[in-house]
Amino acid sequence: MKLTLKIWRQPDASTAGKMHTYDVDDVSADMSFLEMLDVLNEQLNARGEEPIAFDSDCREGICGMCGLMINGEAHGPVTTTTCQLHMRSFVDGETITIEPWRSDAFPVLKDLVVDRGSFDRIIQAGGYISVNTGSAPEAHSVPVPRDNAVRAFNVATCIGCGACVAACPNGSASLFMGAKITHLGELPQGQPERDSRVTNMVAQHDHEGFGGCTNIGACSAACPKEIPLDVISQLNKDLRTAIKHGH
Amino acid sequence: MTDMPDTTLTNHPSHDVPLEVDTDDAAGYYTPGAPIKDTKAPSGPIADRWQTRKFEAKLVNPANRRKLNVIIVGTGLAGASAAATMGEAGYNVKSFCYQDSPRRAHSIAAQGGINAAKNYKEDGDSAHRLFYDTVKGGDYRSRESNVYRLAEVSVNIIDQCVAQGVPFAREYGGLLDNRSFGGVQVSRTFYARGQTGQQLLIGAYQALERQVAAGTVKTYTRHEMLELIVVDGTARGIITRDMVTGKIDTHLADVVVLASGGYGNVFYLSTNAMGCNVTAAWRAHRKGAYMANPCYTQIHPTCIPVSGAHQSKLTLMSESLRNDGRIWVPKKKADCEKDPRDIAEEDRDYFLERIYPSFGNLVPRDIASRAAKNMCDEGRGVGPEVEGVRRGVYLDFADAIQRLGRDGVEEKYDNLLDMYERITGENPYEQPMRIYPAVHYVMGGLWVDYDLQSTIPGLFVTGEANFSDHGANRLGASALMQGLADGYFVLPHTIRDYLADGPFEKISEDHPAVVEAKKSVTDRIEHFLTVNGTRSVDSYHRELGNIMWEYCGMERTETGLKKAIDLIRGLKDDFYRNVKVLGTADSLNQSLEKAGRVADFFELGELMCIDALNRRESCGGHFRGESQTEDGEALRHDDQFAYVAAWEYAGETPVLHKEELIYTAIEMKQRSYK
Amino acid sequence: MCLVLGGATVQLVAIHNPERTLVKGAQATKSTVFLKILMAVSGAVFIGFTLLHMYGNLKAFSGHDKFNEYAHHLRILGEPMLPHEGALWIIRAVLLLSLVVHVYAATKLWRRAKNARTVRYQVKKHTGAIFASRLMRWGGVTLLLFIIWHLLNFTVGKVNVSGGATNDPYNLLVDTFDTWWLTIIYLVAMAALGAHLHHGVWSATQTLGLTGSERTRKLAKRSAFGLAVLISGGFSLVPLSVLFGIIEK
Ligand SMILES: Cc1cc2nc3c(=O)[nH]c(=O)nc-3n(C[C@H](O)[C@H](O)[C@H](O)COP(=O)(O)OP(=O)(O)OC[C@H]3O[C@@H](n4cnc5c(N)ncnc54)[C@H](O)[C@@H]3O)c2cc1C
Ligand code: HEM
Ligand code: HEM
Ligand code: SF4
Ligand code: F3S
Ligand code: FES
Repeated sequence: MKLTLKIWRQPDASTAGKMHTYDVDDVSADMSFLEMLDVLNEQLNARGEEPIAFDSDCREGICGMCGLMINGEAHGPVTTTTCQLHMRSFVDGETITIEPWRSDAFPVLKDLVVDRGSFDRIIQAGGYISVNTGSAPEAHSVPVPRDNAVRAFNVATCIGCGACVAACPNGSASLFMGAKITHLGELPQGQPERDSRVTNMVAQHDHEGFGGCTNIGACSAACPKEIPLDVISQLNKDLRTAIKHGH
Repeated sequence: MTDMPDTTLTNHPSHDVPLEVDTDDAAGYYTPGAPIKDTKAPSGPIADRWQTRKFEAKLVNPANRRKLNVIIVGTGLAGASAAATMGEAGYNVKSFCYQDSPRRAHSIAAQGGINAAKNYKEDGDSAHRLFYDTVKGGDYRSRESNVYRLAEVSVNIIDQCVAQGVPFAREYGGLLDNRSFGGVQVSRTFYARGQTGQQLLIGAYQALERQVAAGTVKTYTRHEMLELIVVDGTARGIITRDMVTGKIDTHLADVVVLASGGYGNVFYLSTNAMGCNVTAAWRAHRKGAYMANPCYTQIHPTCIPVSGAHQSKLTLMSESLRNDGRIWVPKKKADCEKDPRDIAEEDRDYFLERIYPSFGNLVPRDIASRAAKNMCDEGRGVGPEVEGVRRGVYLDFADAIQRLGRDGVEEKYDNLLDMYERITGENPYEQPMRIYPAVHYVMGGLWVDYDLQSTIPGLFVTGEANFSDHGANRLGASALMQGLADGYFVLPHTIRDYLADGPFEKISEDHPAVVEAKKSVTDRIEHFLTVNGTRSVDSYHRELGNIMWEYCGMERTETGLKKAIDLIRGLKDDFYRNVKVLGTADSLNQSLEKAGRVADFFELGELMCIDALNRRESCGGHFRGESQTEDGEALRHDDQFAYVAAWEYAGETPVLHKEELIYTAIEMKQRSYK
Repeated sequence: MCLVLGGATVQLVAIHNPERTLVKGAQATKSTVFLKILMAVSGAVFIGFTLLHMYGNLKAFSGHDKFNEYAHHLRILGEPMLPHEGALWIIRAVLLLSLVVHVYAATKLWRRAKNARTVRYQVKKHTGAIFASRLMRWGGVTLLLFIIWHLLNFTVGKVNVSGGATNDPYNLLVDTFDTWWLTIIYLVAMAALGAHLHHGVWSATQTLGLTGSERTRKLAKRSAFGLAVLISGGFSLVPLSVLFGIIEK
């Protein structure tokens, strides 16, 4: 099939960018979206134009490195990552608009590549259980009820891609943060630091410049791992509890 | 290309008498060197060696640790766990990765699980049995003491991960669940649905970020290590490129750890991530670190086949599919284009069940892979023709659906089958899936001693980047175990023996060795950007991959390998003269990044072929056409090849050092899966 | 920032602070989540008030005397424990405080959200978001304007556009809604209120952490819709009935 692509190009973080239009022919339905961009890049390279920069690594939907705004939807029209989106989701002759994640907490570095270091700093603020190597008790000394284990796992599947932020009209990272808080909060091991974890992570989230959540729900709809909205409810509840405990 | 200056090695391995070899296919391609011996593994009963070594390793006074600088390249299971643990101990750690976050290292993609000899199922497992299975699985080409230690510390890994909050699968009673994996008789594999690697890595990543907050670790993301700094024979730092600004930086330290992962991407198409590379390891190799057994690669039988020339990577599907799916191809070539559902039962060849009646579809990875390739080479492959051949065999769930019901199959495999449908657009509940083998893991890597130290003092290597524990083949679910064992429990103990002699003499940034290392990096970048040729980096990489897959893939022969070496050399020359890299050095430039990696893959590819050529035996993942039994089974030659081939860099004619493998706790046997 | 250059829209990029620090001494009460809790609590106060107010308004169907009696009753509520209009002033104080809190928090969150994305998308779909959720802010402004007008109309200013008496609540009500354009203003406001509650009630339950499972989430969404229809519908009955002559002087 043939496609017209409108793609955001920006030389670096401090230079203005704009949309460019490209035509690509010979797109096969079996290509992934990123393979389609690879093909375009080969053509650009051959023409002497610098290839379009975009992030990807695993290309199997698990590392969270890829992520594009495709026709106004984070990771495109299917509930999956950009690397696992295939061209059979598009039709011949279609015009596709491709933009980077837009969030001031995710500054654009070049073309479609953004800096998601703010996510790492949210984790640094408390997204862990403090246990030094070698000091762990025998694994079976603390049983975890299966329901808690299942819920913890379900939300631990977050890949940190940032689509939730990209999709949220407020640019909030609540879904990402809620997923981590729920994951650790469901486990007995996560209890001692529960109050300080939520307090510190939310403070870091705000400090990074993410917006506040107003429960719109676009994040969960865009999330390739289908993290449910109840993690945000959990986050709010945990923060309320932390306030009650004097944090 | 400038050759590196000679570095005088104050190698610790002692040199002994060489093994006798009567066939030398690789004659002329290498220079024989003195044998090496690992001098760090203590002698004595195998079960006591690690305790002894830990006790004998010198201690570092806590007050001095802050003054000791540790560089760790890589944030996968091996790197992140080491950085977190070293940070907790109080060392001053710098951690590097090429992704935008440490959490994205390729360990994240591991699906199946992690082994540990917990014996929670009371099915007779023990450290000794895990040791035994690993050595046997590695086809008696791994170092006994290392493997025993791995099995021994495996139990601690699970404790550690559970305490960190890794959400392993649990039973209703709240205790951890296990499954059996990769044809092993005991259930010792811990798992977190199909995402064990992700959950383990996130655990290590969180521990790492906790240390970043504590100020003991500093992370450098989107930084690629492009050179090792060796001063007076010891590793003292690295040169990196900031992949966003292009800035070339010098990082000096007292010790350098490489945890940079595997190099399966030398095949272009593999299950590895796009960025996986050999550059960190190769640069160290060029500076004097020996490369061991580079030809040992593991090919995974259940991947989604190539759909066209645009293909950028291959996707693995969990091996567990072989528990219930049946593998077949049509008996008649004419049937290959037909809809599989129209092929009658008697016209199907369930070739694994036919050739290996007792193991059937569950034969080890290499056997299943080679059998599938043979079917396709015979012209009985299925699926689309790519470059004139159909490369695919059916993996059929029709019987399983009949036996377990569609719900039963869904419950066990739905995420895998959904993934297959998303990628191929075909519904696996209605028609058989197509699978094909793909390169998945490399057992080879930088040579290390029992302390995980390379032949360059002060350079340690962990995880998939070293060669140490898996011999010629790796058991499923053992790479994750090794990465975490190295990073959490082994390296922090052995490295202190080295660091106890520090703090070391301060090196200044204008030391000639540092200046030289930095210059070689900028020269190389300058070169790529000024060739201004006609071919893209990717096109070279793809061609190199084809050569490797064809001649150094599942089956290797003397003529094929020699041809491959010629082809690679020709292609490499052309690359340096004709590659086209646009953009600038001082900005984010993905073509430039790839160019550097592909340049190193050329040299590695050559060495892999030479290593494969030298090893005229079939063992584990390495199958030499010339060395098989009458019925086509792998044939090992313990009398000639029971050694680790450790290669020293010397331009196009490397030097071969052999480390003899001696087993005291296990008897060597030929394997048979008939 | 946005400017037009040779036909193409060029967006300038804010230059970002490269080295972010970790927050020290975090306080839960300084967070966006806390602001949201304030919104939810003040919103809940409004919901309680509107429910009572709507119930009171529906007394209009019982005729002139009953309605005025109710209005009078409001003023003597709690007497003699409380002074004349004491309860009313307490309600007013709580409402005013809630209003200040609600508007303050809304403004802060709005400003944050704007700063969180200074470069906008060229194409943006709203997958997963109900329409009402996007109306919250401008809908809130509409409600604020309405409340100002409403108080002028009935409480503070007592404006009777048809020139009738203003000291008789029932007659003021009927005179007001006999004027078609005033009815329209109220109906528009009630639509805004309905939309505000359709998202707001669900949002408040989520903010208060009451929706920890798929089941409770669905329940909250359904209740939000129900409450929105009940309140906006219930309020609209009186003006519509006056306009169509069901309620007369
Ligand atoms: C699809 C797939 C499934 C697998 N499933 C399993 C399984 O079920 N069980 C199992 O045991 N094993 C499995 N494996 C194997 C296992 O995942 C890997 O061997 C293991 O995770 C490697 O870990 P590592 O820490 O050594 O390296 P990696 O996780 O690959 O990390 C490498 C790190 O090095 C960094 N790096 C590399 N080069 C440079 C450079 N030049 N400069 C700076 N940084 C650099 C990268 O950024 C990265 O952080 C699987 C592998 C794959 C590909
Ligand atoms: C069609 C809808 C409405 C009608 C017919 C209506 C009618 C009235 C009337 C008649 C009064 C005067 C009562 C008195 O003085 O005793 C009043 C007061 C008031 N109304 Fe409404 N109202 C409506 C909707 C609303 C809404 C939606 C709100 C707020 C969200 C609201 C808030 C108030 C307030 C705050 C007062 C003042 C109470 C006081 O302090 O005395 N009204 N309304
Ligand atoms: C005075 C004018 C008002 C303004 C400016 C206003 C504005 C807002 C805004 C901006 C929000 C947050 C948007 C969001 O959550 O998506 C909000 C939430 C809310 N509003 Fe209002 N509003 C007003 C009046 C009201 C009234 C009269 C009610 C109820 C009768 C109400 C009930 C709520 C509720 C329940 C919420 C949800 C709180 C939460 O998200 O936790 N508001 N309002
Ligand atoms: S919550 Fe979902 S969308 Fe957000 S970062 Fe995690 S996986 Fe991505
Ligand atoms: S879309 Fe945004 S407003 Fe909240 S529910 Fe999701 S973060
Ligand atoms: S590239 Fe890893 S998730 Fe898409």
